[in-house]
Amino acid sequence: MPLLPPRWRTVLLVLLIVTVPIAAGMAWLFLTGVFNRVHGLIPVRPPSLANWRFIWEGVGGRPLVHVALLNSLVFAVVVAAIEVVVASMAAYAISRMSFPGRRFYLGLVLVLHAFPAVSLIIAIFYILRLLGLFDTLTGVILVKASLELPLGIWLMKGFFDNLSWEMEMAALVDGMSRWPLFWKVALPLVRPGLLALGTFALLSAWGEFILPFTLIVSSQKTLMSNFLQTFLSEGYADFGMVAAVGVVYALPVVVIFLVGQRYLLNIYGGGVKG
Amino acid sequence: MKGIAVRLEGLSKHFGKVVALASLDLDIRAGEMVAFLGPSGCGKTTTLLMIAGIYQPTAGAIYFADRRVEHLHPRDRDVGMVFQSYALYPHLSLFENIAFPLRLKKMGGNELAAKVRQTAELLGIANLLERRPGQVSGGQQQRAALARALVKEPQVLLLDEPLSNLDAQVRLQARSEIRRLQLDIGVTSVLVTHDQAEALAMADRVAVFSTGELQQFAPPDELYSRPANLFVAGFVGHPPMNLIGGAFSDGVFASDDLRLPLPSPVAPGRGTLGVRPEDFVMGGPVRGRVVVVEALGRQVLITVDVGGRMLKVVSDTRPSPGSMVALGVDPVRLHLFDGAGRRVEAAP
Repeated sequence: MPLLPPRWRTVLLVLLIVTVPIAAGMAWLFLTGVFNRVHGLIPVRPPSLANWRFIWEGVGGRPLVHVALLNSLVFAVVVAAIEVVVASMAAYAISRMSFPGRRFYLGLVLVLHAFPAVSLIIAIFYILRLLGLFDTLTGVILVKASLELPLGIWLMKGFFDNLSWEMEMAALVDGMSRWPLFWKVALPLVRPGLLALGTFALLSAWGEFILPFTLIVSSQKTLMSNFLQTFLSEGYADFGMVAAVGVVYALPVVVIFLVGQRYLLNIYGGGVKG
Repeated sequence: MKGIAVRLEGLSKHFGKVVALASLDLDIRAGEMVAFLGPSGCGKTTTLLMIAGIYQPTAGAIYFADRRVEHLHPRDRDVGMVFQSYALYPHLSLFENIAFPLRLKKMGGNELAAKVRQTAELLGIANLLERRPGQVSGGQQQRAALARALVKEPQVLLLDEPLSNLDAQVRLQARSEIRRLQLDIGVTSVLVTHDQAEALAMADRVAVFSTGELQQFAPPDELYSRPANLFVAGFVGHPPMNLIGGAFSDGVFASDDLRLPLPSPVAPGRGTLGVRPEDFVMGGPVRGRVVVVEALGRQVLITVDVGGRMLKVVSDTRPSPGSMVALGVDPVRLHLFDGAGRRVEAAP
């Protein structure tokens, strides 16, 4: 195998250097979880399972970890599903149809996307209380999905814009009507976009902290991020156990990422055009 | 299968304030192939898409035989269409692409497979049916698109620039193949193209469009020999016709020091004289200096400077640049246009 050209070796070196802290963090997470104590990255105790008690017993009155894992899974999957379905339909309409207020709506979506979600949290709290959705998974799911939708709509609009009109005209002439055309011709053709958006939404929902932290109080409805947080917020933080919970929390992300990374790259392939 | 007559009555289409097509009347006979020819933005594709049912006309009527169709959904019109980009579904095999219109008609099983196979064989792509559009050549994609348009045996076949994405060589072949196929099955066809060679070679009659208006609707030879106005005169024919502005009087056309006798008297006034480059002959009253000589193959295209006016001349002989030539035209081959650009017929 030929050696890399000098310029690439420099690039590689720089990338390596900036990656080291992140890699070290991951190594710490894993090592601390497995061994009870570490000095830096050097284990000073033999490995033990004590840090992993949260899997089979409710530590300090907390629910078992699988409750939080399941909640997070439901949360992430449903949010991603809502986002993909609603964003693709909205984006198709914006990309293909001319209706009054289209430009205004496009601008509005963009502004909503730029709006920091945290600043809305009090208002959202009141609205969910009003709707009786406070402290429910349904409530957080709806909030998270709607906050993520603007990005999804713009992303999918880019994919639909790149789709040839002639293809849809062909389907119309072949005898299709508009609605089946959307499902059977347009959607399959933006499959890369759907997968990219789905993966992105899954990751984003899995990592969501502030919304469930504010809008869910029952421990049985807790999500993984908040479950992890409870281990940190007490007077004495058991870093070994924090790290072990962190490993459990991070593993699905690694899986999603391994499966979905090539779809994520498509986000830039779809392009975004006004 | 026999095609049906298509009639357009007062058809027009506005996009906001832009008039894409202004009141078009056109009669297409059953089984005829008609070409819509014109530069881009002239309204030809708009008209085609209205016939297909993709666009709703702003005003006017479309008749398929005696049935009014302009309000019908495309699927109820029984048209087949081939697009410039072919618009094959990239995620489906050629078989499924061709079967697509049949499946929408709820056809299935052996009947469908037989129909797809038969159409594919007609177009010589029966051995490629398992492949996807991305795995076959441009010419094969074009055939698949044609097969998809023909498989449901439409009453009207619409072709939107079907050849413009093909290599020059394949294009010539595809041109005559489409025409032969169209004659064989006798389907009424409309071909939209900006390429006059394509229009003249394939169509029974050609409708020339410019800026949303029909300029002339005639068989190819008539378009060439009797262009209805200045636009058609300048647009049809290659190399284009020489158009000289001047005045008619006493059976003579005069422009500066250029004077040419007319075949018969016409009403005096300002106008334009048209001479096709191939109608010039060596030896005559028009004297000029050769500027450029370009080889066309058997003949040459000469640019002649006649009193500061550059004329194009197709010639069998090859004068050297800089030399003087004398040119003449048989008066019956002159094209006369009045001040408004309309053709003036010389009395026989």
